[in-house]
Amino acid sequence: MADSAQTPVVELKDVVAGYLPGVNILNGANLYANKGELIGIIGPNGAGKSTMLKAIFGQVKIREGTISLNGDDITGLKASKLVSAGVAMVPQNNNVFPTLTIEENLQMGVYQDPSAFSERLETVLEVFSELKSRLKQKAGSLSGGERQMVAMSRALMSKPEVILLDEPSAGLSPARQDEAFIRVSEINKTGVTTIMVEQNARRCLQICDRAYVLDQGAVAHTGTGRELLEDPKVIELYLGSLGADN
Amino acid sequence: MASNTADTVHVEVVGDVGPGCKKKDPIIVADNIHRAFGGLVAVDVAHVEIPRHRITALIGPNGAGKSTLFNLLTGFDQPDSGEWSFDGLSLVGRSPHTLPALGLVRTFQLTKVLGLLTVMDNMKLAARHQIGEKIFASLFPWLWKKQEKDLEDKAAEILARFKLFEKKDDYAASLSGGQRKLLEMARALMVEPQLVMLDEPMAGVNPALTESLLHHISDLKELGMTVLFVEHDMAMVRQIADWVIVMAEGKLVAEGEPDVVLKNPAVVDAYLGSHQDIDLGAVTGRIPLPGGTSSSSKSPKKK
Repeated sequence: MADSAQTPVVELKDVVAGYLPGVNILNGANLYANKGELIGIIGPNGAGKSTMLKAIFGQVKIREGTISLNGDDITGLKASKLVSAGVAMVPQNNNVFPTLTIEENLQMGVYQDPSAFSERLETVLEVFSELKSRLKQKAGSLSGGERQMVAMSRALMSKPEVILLDEPSAGLSPARQDEAFIRVSEINKTGVTTIMVEQNARRCLQICDRAYVLDQGAVAHTGTGRELLEDPKVIELYLGSLGADN
Repeated sequence: MASNTADTVHVEVVGDVGPGCKKKDPIIVADNIHRAFGGLVAVDVAHVEIPRHRITALIGPNGAGKSTLFNLLTGFDQPDSGEWSFDGLSLVGRSPHTLPALGLVRTFQLTKVLGLLTVMDNMKLAARHQIGEKIFASLFPWLWKKQEKDLEDKAAEILARFKLFEKKDDYAASLSGGQRKLLEMARALMVEPQLVMLDEPMAGVNPALTESLLHHISDLKELGMTVLFVEHDMAMVRQIADWVIVMAEGKLVAEGEPDVVLKNPAVVDAYLGSHQDIDLGAVTGRIPLPGGTSSSSKSPKKK
């Protein structure tokens, strides 16, 4: 439950969801995110982390439970409706249109409100300034890290209230991973409520306000990033001791 | 400090250690490998040798040509020029599907599992020398039943190690991204290869599981296998690699033992980044910096 009187921006209550008939990936998952929070979701492979984001973004059928946005029920709402309502998602793979230029990719981010393009572009390029000189380049010619950047920028073009990030550091070199996390933190500081799924759990916990450890479709642990980083149980089961001191 | 573990083994080098240096007993030798995509030179390697019975890590920034080199060595892509051999046998012009029979198997960064087969069937398919594959023998189950059973036991044992045993009867398509990665690795081991090439094996795998898998990868050496892997997880490289090769912009730029290479200032600069040993909470201002120093100076190690 939210510890203050405010209504969470996003709230999942006892959500059960899955893809195949009879197989539930989420088994009564709960989560809330208050305005401006940076929330991390970590956990073992197959725990349902990505599915949780997909559930919020209307990409998987919700069998039980509810999802709300600022108190309004959005359970089962289509992704296009959610974008208008202020939710944006950056998927893990296939997250840019490869045959379009970077500029065109960013235009796709405002297709519901094309007149806002130039104004939004300016704001987004403040965070992603290196894209400025490369707007005419085809997105298909970009490396993994650069694509991730374009995908995040495109999500920001819709001026979302909530941004959902599925493993923003996946496939990046160590220096780029750190950059990605710093970017996520910067995006969040502009006031966007951020929910991030990460496999690089240690880095994720270092920057997030609160986090959830998901296991077999339900929340096994939750707390501030710092609490979880130091929780011996979480270390043993989910973080491992490798890289603990570097 | 992440020290090298005791089970890493010394690599014997002929001559001086450096990019492209010769090894005493290489399993792969490649010369003048060149591959350009349009105007972009993806790979331009003059000489590289991979030491036998050792674990070698191939690291480098995104777009350095690591995966392209993997593709070229395994026939998934053709170089503009170059020669390379595996165990003394030239692989030039060989198609990828003939390589597992020679004892060379690889995995992919973006997994390629057979989604509409079960996890167990994916595993069994990979095993070599199956009697039941001969059209005549396939008609008489008693000829291959025993072997089939043995393969299944072996597959079950490997799946258990990779925490996939409970999933053995599920379609591979129902696995999560990380689990598919694990299945690919497990399947590669069914081949009992001499050389296994892993493209970012731990990307997307949960850290606690990574740790247990590292021991198994180390064990592969004792079984007489050679491992070459691409990875961005430096904890993994430090833990299991006997040797590290660094690529940047298509070329080899450094080579040597992990402890030495990972401290090379050029490698730190171009690849590891200045935040390597720093808590990102401090860098991003989410936790107060002890002493209020700037993030780029001394690392405020958080316990």
